[in-house]
Amino acid sequence: MNALPDEWLDIASLDAVPQRGARLVKTAHGCVAVFRTGDNKVFALDNACPHKKGPLADGIVHGSEVTCPLHNWVISLETGAVQGADEGQVETYPARVEDGRILLDVAFLKRRDAA
Amino acid sequence: MTQKLVVIGAGMASGRVLEHLFDAEADFDVTLFNAEERGNYNRIMLSPVLSGEKTYEDIVTHDADWYDANGVTCHFGDHVTAIDRAAKTVTSQDGTVAYDKLLIATGSAPFIIPVQGKDLPGVITYRDLDDTNAMIEASEKGGKAVVIGGGLLGLEAAAGLAERGMDVTVLHLMGHLMERQLDEAAGFLLRGDLEKRGITVKCRASTVAILGEDKVEAVLLEGDEVLEADLVVMAVGIRPETRLATDAALSVARGVEVNTQLQTSDPDIFAVGECVELDGQLFGLVAPLYDQAKVLANTLMGTPDVFTPKELSTKLKVTGCDLFSAGDFEEAEGREDIVFRDPARGVYRRLVLEDDVVVGAVMYGDTADGNWFFGLIRDKTDISDMRDTLIFGPAYQGGAPSDPLSAVAALPRDAEICGCNGVCKGQIEDAIAAGATDLAAIKATTKASASCGTCTGLVEQVLAVTLGDDFVIPTDASICGCTDMTHEDVRRMIKSQELKSMPAVWQECGWKTSCGCHICRPALNFYLLADWPLEYQDDPQSRFINERKHANIQKDGTFSVVPRMWGGITTPDELRAIADAADKFAVPTVKVTGGQRIDLLGVKGEDLPAIWDDLNKAGMVSGHAYSKGLRTVKTCVGSDHCRFGTQDSTGLGIKLEKILWGSWTPHKLKLGVSGCPRNCAEATCKDIGIVCVDSGYQISIGGAAGMDVRETELLCQVATEDEVIDVIKAVTQSYRENGKYLDRIYKWMAKVGLDWIQEQVADLENRAALAARFDLSQSVYRKDPWAEHVAEASPYQALADLTLEAAE
Ligand code: SRM
Ligand SMILES: Cc1cc2nc3c(=O)[nH]c(=O)nc-3n(C[C@H](O)[C@H](O)[C@H](O)COP(=O)(O)OP(=O)(O)OC[C@H]3O[C@@H](n4cnc5c(N)ncnc54)[C@H](O)[C@@H]3O)c2cc1C
Ligand code: SF4
Ligand code: FES
Repeated sequence: MNALPDEWLDIASLDAVPQRGARLVKTAHGCVAVFRTGDNKVFALDNACPHKKGPLADGIVHGSEVTCPLHNWVISLETGAVQGADEGQVETYPARVEDGRILLDVAFLKRRDAA
Repeated sequence: MTQKLVVIGAGMASGRVLEHLFDAEADFDVTLFNAEERGNYNRIMLSPVLSGEKTYEDIVTHDADWYDANGVTCHFGDHVTAIDRAAKTVTSQDGTVAYDKLLIATGSAPFIIPVQGKDLPGVITYRDLDDTNAMIEASEKGGKAVVIGGGLLGLEAAAGLAERGMDVTVLHLMGHLMERQLDEAAGFLLRGDLEKRGITVKCRASTVAILGEDKVEAVLLEGDEVLEADLVVMAVGIRPETRLATDAALSVARGVEVNTQLQTSDPDIFAVGECVELDGQLFGLVAPLYDQAKVLANTLMGTPDVFTPKELSTKLKVTGCDLFSAGDFEEAEGREDIVFRDPARGVYRRLVLEDDVVVGAVMYGDTADGNWFFGLIRDKTDISDMRDTLIFGPAYQGGAPSDPLSAVAALPRDAEICGCNGVCKGQIEDAIAAGATDLAAIKATTKASASCGTCTGLVEQVLAVTLGDDFVIPTDASICGCTDMTHEDVRRMIKSQELKSMPAVWQECGWKTSCGCHICRPALNFYLLADWPLEYQDDPQSRFINERKHANIQKDGTFSVVPRMWGGITTPDELRAIADAADKFAVPTVKVTGGQRIDLLGVKGEDLPAIWDDLNKAGMVSGHAYSKGLRTVKTCVGSDHCRFGTQDSTGLGIKLEKILWGSWTPHKLKLGVSGCPRNCAEATCKDIGIVCVDSGYQISIGGAAGMDVRETELLCQVATEDEVIDVIKAVTQSYRENGKYLDRIYKWMAKVGLDWIQEQVADLENRAALAARFDLSQSVYRKDPWAEHVAEASPYQALADLTLEAAE
């Protein structure tokens, strides 16, 4: 594992995730979806919709939101909050892009461990 | 007391100075020297002379009569060689003349790269009429020309020489053409347009030497490439012509240094034009020189005036290469971009903003609004109020940014509104002016919206724009919250305004969100690929997951896999391969579908490429059980086996499925072919059904057996299989071109009417044209997505597997 001194983990090149798309990162406690928006921001969220565990990574990304593929709940990538009339919250994790690489915070793994 | 004014150089700047002085009847006795053997002409029009659009006579600005009338003593073809500031004289080849006031207006000299062979005959720079004539003469022999330098001058030279029949190559040191005026995207478009005129462009090309014995023969590039050349034009840049001033010990930096009155370090000597430098700035375009000329004339006449450099804009004088650039468009901290592109039309616009002010603009392809943007830059207009629509230019400003009518208001009069009857916006406006004030009257007088009716919304908007409050638009649901337009409006805009990309639609139709939403994007993606199959690139990210991953998502996030069984026919080998795949990937459920084929349910997303690969190897392709496109063609056994069968319903079904598979349609498309009216294939509850009869084939459409159960209605009866195929291609294409996204054929039919669809296919010419457009689209889309995704499988896998780390 190539953790950087400041505990950011280099996951992959930004190009590995399509614009307005997502890819999964497997962890011992389930999958985390890494999203890339149209303006190249990245977000990491649990890959399970609060409604019926729909795989959010398979949804359509628009602006900084994703629409769940199973029943169209809309989730904010920035806060993980369910938008509109529905209610719910998805866990989010720190993620950022540096020099074209996607970095995740190592602490998020630990937090998931503890969960 | 009349003063003696001596002017060195009869160029564009000094010519303007003299005009101002004579217009004001200033009291000067003028002596004018010019190294060229002629007086003042419009240098910037040399390119049209080179290309043959103009002659030298057309571009002369001051002729002998003018100099005569104003008492100018002319020394043309006479080089000034020295200035004696103490004696206040200038010396030329012909003698010495005294001055009270001296004006240096010597312009620039072309920069010559110091390579071997630069002095060979056949190497020409591009600055004056003599150079231009030399190029024209050289081009008469034809052959190959190499232009070194892909800036404004080089490209105008290249275009002119190409126009005169030479085989032209442009060499440019930088990564893209005109890098000082254009950014990379615009440089790319420009290059494409030049290449269309047969000009070869080589960027990052560095000239090492010019080769030849007693005249130029070739150019040697870094990397040892040799380009044959009968003519070499060097257009790599200019530098101010300052030799006289330097010799006279005036203050000279890169140019002759002046103050804002255009006065040099000697109070009796002035300088104007490209030879001057003010506060470190040089001037290479005529607009600032004309400002200088006015200020200088005032200075000479004793009227206080100050020269202030302004923002500049550039255009390229090459017909067909429409570019515009102004201001500063470098990326920098605190700057933001607004970009609009339409790759298919070759249109590109970029604005650079800093603190709500436009500081730079680059435009390519459609530069009509260039001057308006230039005005915003020059006047430092605060654009915060019109930011959302700024990039669309002046036609969109003034109204509220989300005014649903602004897009229609901005359409030109020749924009086609009604595709069926070819009615343009202008005709509708004329009809309104002649008294048609509602939809019915427009229909009656222009036929607009009188056929399929999908343009109704746009016609109503034209009415509303033209009549204002006198016309209230019936409210039709818009596609989604991103826009006020309906599906029909947007489709008409896509066709009539040739919108060929999603950003083009978002911008031209005034989308309120940056990149649409999960409702509008799949619809737009379909409309664009249906209308511009060759130009538009399908966008998987705008598709529902099933179409993105070419499998049906299940409630637990797994997927189902349904290979095609053409017309419901399979073989023992195929069945074995399906069985093997089911074993290998531990498929929990294997089911026979209602569509005459086999479904493997519960496959993990990451296994999809591998299971497809196995099925591909056994000769099977995707069944598109997930698509808004062709699903199944159900058949019965027909005349092959059945005692009642009238035609080969199985064979025809297989043919149809092989022709239609892979096509995208507004909603799913299912066909059935039954061998006789007993209708074992349930053809009359499909989107398109064929019932074989003794005399041929009955084709009916608009059936359904889902949430609505409907029987098809007869479209037509034809005699041969070939006709069946043509009619079905045509009706599918018409559905695809006109149907609203997510309307099955029966819903589309309810809107446009069976009669209208019948007309479409009854007119043989139209039927053939529709079928041809269907085939064109299939040339792109009739392919197996599974095979493509097997080759590009990484998106199906996890980006990283951290399960081990977490366990540590
Ligand atoms: C697999 C299959 C059922 C079966 O086990 O037989 C099936 C399965 C689904 N059908 Fe169907 N339909 C299947 C034949 C049919 C038929 C029968 C037919 O095609 O002859 C119909 C009625 C005929 C018709 O379409 O008019 C049918 C009418 C529907 C409808 C209602 C459509 C409508 O316009 O009313 C939907 C919903 C929709 O498409 O929006 C639907 C949607 C679905 C979806 C895709 C639901 C979804 O979006 O997830 C189902 C996917 C299940 C899964 O988990 O994979 N399915 N579905 C059949 C696949 C046929 C094939 O080989 O491709
Ligand atoms: C092909 C071409 C296309 C162009 N297109 C554009 C365009 O589209 N837009 C734009 O804004 N600008 C364009 N320019 C640039 C524009 O022409 C110049 O900015 C402008 O001509 C400069 O004016 P000037 O009076 O300073 O110098 P010039 O017009 O060059 O005049 C200087 C004159 O001084 C003479 N001279 C020099 N030394 C001496 C001497 N010692 N004794 C006597 N005479 C001397 C020279 O022979 C010359 O005739 C173009 C230039 C060229 C060559
Ligand atoms: S309906 Fe006609 S073609 Fe179909 S099985 Fe019966 S007889 Fe044969
Ligand atoms: S599981 Fe996401 S909306 Fe139902």
